[in-house]
Amino acid sequence: MQVPIEYYLILSAFMFSVGVAGVLIRRNAIIILMSIELMLNSANLALITFSSFMGNSIGQIFAFFVMTVAAAEAAIGLAIVIAIFRNKLTVNIDQINLFKW
Amino acid sequence: MNIYDIIFYLFAIVTLVSAAFVVSTKNIVHAAFFLIFTFFGVAGLYILLGADFIGVVQILVYVGGILILLLFGVMLTNKITNVEIRSGTTQIVPALIGVGLFAGILVLTMVSTEWKSAPGEIPFTTAYSLGKVLLTDFVLIFELLGILLLIALIGAASIARREKE
Repeated sequence: MQVPIEYYLILSAFMFSVGVAGVLIRRNAIIILMSIELMLNSANLALITFSSFMGNSIGQIFAFFVMTVAAAEAAIGLAIVIAIFRNKLTVNIDQINLFKW
Repeated sequence: MNIYDIIFYLFAIVTLVSAAFVVSTKNIVHAAFFLIFTFFGVAGLYILLGADFIGVVQILVYVGGILILLLFGVMLTNKITNVEIRSGTTQIVPALIGVGLFAGILVLTMVSTEWKSAPGEIPFTTAYSLGKVLLTDFVLIFELLGILLLIALIGAASIARREKE
């Protein structure tokens, strides 16, 4: 375990920032879901880094929980995207303005 | 520069570069394939950190499950016949300024904080201890996550189903 803890945390921070940038600049709903998965992965990386450097395995349990919730979130998100696509024939979020009036 | 450093830099570069491609490429299918490399890089980092079970679960759940689901989403929501598979970006300058500031603050916090670390003794394999903790201390959350997955399954099927006419 020679790599210092800061390297992993900085990698996690950059991954999270890339995910945030993806959510902000892309206009395709599926790419936004992919960027959310990137952010969840970076949070998992930070949790497992802390767990590994503290020498107990509770952090890995929490990463496991995060993965479960991410799977549920991806399924529901894609179902919503497909339902919207069936009505509006687009997944471009600039053209999905059902709640705007 | 020993073997751990080399493995760490290899996986870190794979992860970050393919994450950047996921966000920046115009083609959605290419983005999904670059996401595979990101997930593999993160799984390698998990195994480097001694979390072998989580690394294998990462490959199984993300590459085998979530990514296939996303690819199905790409196929179901793009008109394959007329090539409408590209998607653009908007608001790129203010978003990049904001994200740059955010990343700077985050990295500054992580570098300047004095992190506690115990003399780590990572067991050779973590599946035994993880299973034991999961079914004793965290059994309520474990069961609740099972119910959550069931609800997500039923909800996704009911949302995506075609309405009866």
